[in-house]
Amino acid sequence: MTLLTIDGLKMYYRSDDGYVRAADDINLELERGQTLGLVGESGSGKTTIARSVIRLLPDNAEVIDGSIDFDGTEITELSERALRKQIRWQEVSMIPQNAMNSFDPVYTVGQQIVQVIRYHEDGVSKKEAKDRGRRLFGELGIDPDRVDDYPHQFSGGMAQRAMIALALCLEPKLILADEPTTALDVVIQDRILETITGMQEEINSAMILITHDISVVSETSDRIAVCYGGRIVEQADAETIITNPRHPYTLGLRNAFPDIGDTDTDLVSIPGTPPELVDPGEGCRFAPRCPFAVDECWDVTPQPEEFDDGHIVECHRADEADELRERAEQKETWEEVRERPSQPQGAGGRR
Amino acid sequence: MSLDTPSESTAAQAEGGTESIDRRKLRWRRRLNALRSWGSLLKEDRLGQIGLAILAFFILVGIFARPITVEIGPVWSQVQPFSLAPHGYTDRVATEGLHGPTWAHPFGTTDLGRDVLSQVIIGTRATLIVGTIAAFMAVFIGANVGIVSAYYGGWVDDVLMRITDIVYGVPFLPFAIALVFILGATLVNVIVAIVLILWRGTARVVRSQVLSHKQRPYVESARAIGASDFRIMYVQIMPNVLPLISLYAAFAVAWAVIAEASLSFLGLGPQGMISWGEIIYDVRSAGALREAWWWVFPPGIAIMLFVMSVFFIGRSLEKVVNPDLRHGK
Repeated sequence: MTLLTIDGLKMYYRSDDGYVRAADDINLELERGQTLGLVGESGSGKTTIARSVIRLLPDNAEVIDGSIDFDGTEITELSERALRKQIRWQEVSMIPQNAMNSFDPVYTVGQQIVQVIRYHEDGVSKKEAKDRGRRLFGELGIDPDRVDDYPHQFSGGMAQRAMIALALCLEPKLILADEPTTALDVVIQDRILETITGMQEEINSAMILITHDISVVSETSDRIAVCYGGRIVEQADAETIITNPRHPYTLGLRNAFPDIGDTDTDLVSIPGTPPELVDPGEGCRFAPRCPFAVDECWDVTPQPEEFDDGHIVECHRADEADELRERAEQKETWEEVRERPSQPQGAGGRR
Repeated sequence: MSLDTPSESTAAQAEGGTESIDRRKLRWRRRLNALRSWGSLLKEDRLGQIGLAILAFFILVGIFARPITVEIGPVWSQVQPFSLAPHGYTDRVATEGLHGPTWAHPFGTTDLGRDVLSQVIIGTRATLIVGTIAAFMAVFIGANVGIVSAYYGGWVDDVLMRITDIVYGVPFLPFAIALVFILGATLVNVIVAIVLILWRGTARVVRSQVLSHKQRPYVESARAIGASDFRIMYVQIMPNVLPLISLYAAFAVAWAVIAEASLSFLGLGPQGMISWGEIIYDVRSAGALREAWWWVFPPGIAIMLFVMSVFFIGRSLEKVVNPDLRHGK
């Protein structure tokens, strides 16, 4: 059953230079209990997409168009009060990137868990709430007595676990994990991810996992959506994205991560910088960095196209994927982009 | 700091489990440690100790200066029967005025033959009342204006801060003189005049502090949790700026005492009670400022000592707020 449907969402930020198109024409679907990985570089709009689900955005954010349907509730039209009381944390909770600073420093972690439970659930005594916190701590592998500690007394990994406890204490239907492991070392990272997915299965909640680390999502996600320049350029089940991607950006992203078994190949980075999102104009946003860009790419914005089984790609040359995939593995292909002029002759209209 | 209510601890007691007793013990030990760390900070801080000692002295003098009776209709009871001041502040103790210090009257007498020592002792009470009430009201207003202004931003911030700017443009004495002159020189009006000016500094400083706290991740996670604006302001952010607020409260007390003394010196002090500033006003209006040093110095030195003690305590509090200050000796 579908839990979350984002349909044609345009979430823009007002700025002095005009709208920043942080999330442009986003279409997403999430089943109950499913994990969706949102991958992309900084500024690609992945956080904006995830946070629009609970409208946790700066004041200058504006929904221009589209809808977010969460379990039958239209989020974009919900009143602030209803959003606060019914959706936030009760239904959708969040695991932030920096757990240490996400706790209020003046209260113990236990007090904060108690506050959250009692704020959303009526008739729960402090003692019951605290016991629930202790139980969660136990399940997450922290000494239950540490609920009486202040946040600064926790180590980074433990603070992250405590944050997970806080996120799970109301058994939400959806968890937004915003780069939950970025601040941790690799070993802890792995364990935290295991903890999250384990607990998530136990209470059968869905999760949107935001990360720039494609290896993290490949392990944990059922489905992966790749963001670039405020658009979702490719989405499919995790297996397909890893083995059989069609968008050149995904191809490049794969190259940029090391393969432990293969020590000879150099890492290939994607040349260029992320696009300006203020008035990007027509054309594919990845074209300036794409080694396979043709004239059409500069002039016409590609529309989402569905290939087999929910594999949706926004690329004019997605049907030539097999050939492109081979060329993308060559370092030279990407080097060429560096040398070519920023805009091909004859293609007009771009800044 | 702690949110634990008695109901929780009694519940734990009723259960009587060893585990919960352990937890309670742990909690008390932690509280004790927090107190001890402030205590040890104070132990090394001579000035803080001196300030605390002087303040305690003045508070005791204020309480025991004259007997306190509470009257409700025909019923009255003496709450505090002790009188530290040997005479009332209007009692004539000598037939001839303006005597220097003698054994009977250590601070001498006024031109009307009143005992200066008694006046200074009784004046402590007015000073304490005006100082603390005005300071806490001012800090209360200032802190709220600062928190609301910074948290909401936008036009709320603009309006509140422009009002603060306007108040900053109002010179204290002319304003207070006009206000007290129009409304009458009562204790309440003097306090109102002081409060209306004194809140501005706290408002600005608290605002800047809240502005920085507003950006911290814990505020965002509070918002994600579904906390209301009010809750975020007063449950999440306020305890974080409380040390700063109490620091400003300490300084405000000193400032309010000076303000009250200034007003009294100009003859606009609260009627029906004597304060240190008023004693100096009496000296001036008796034309005795040049000769009667025993009359001017005691209230003047009392004001100085009191303000000094509050500043010393404020300085020690500042060290709690700002750990950087703890190391430079």
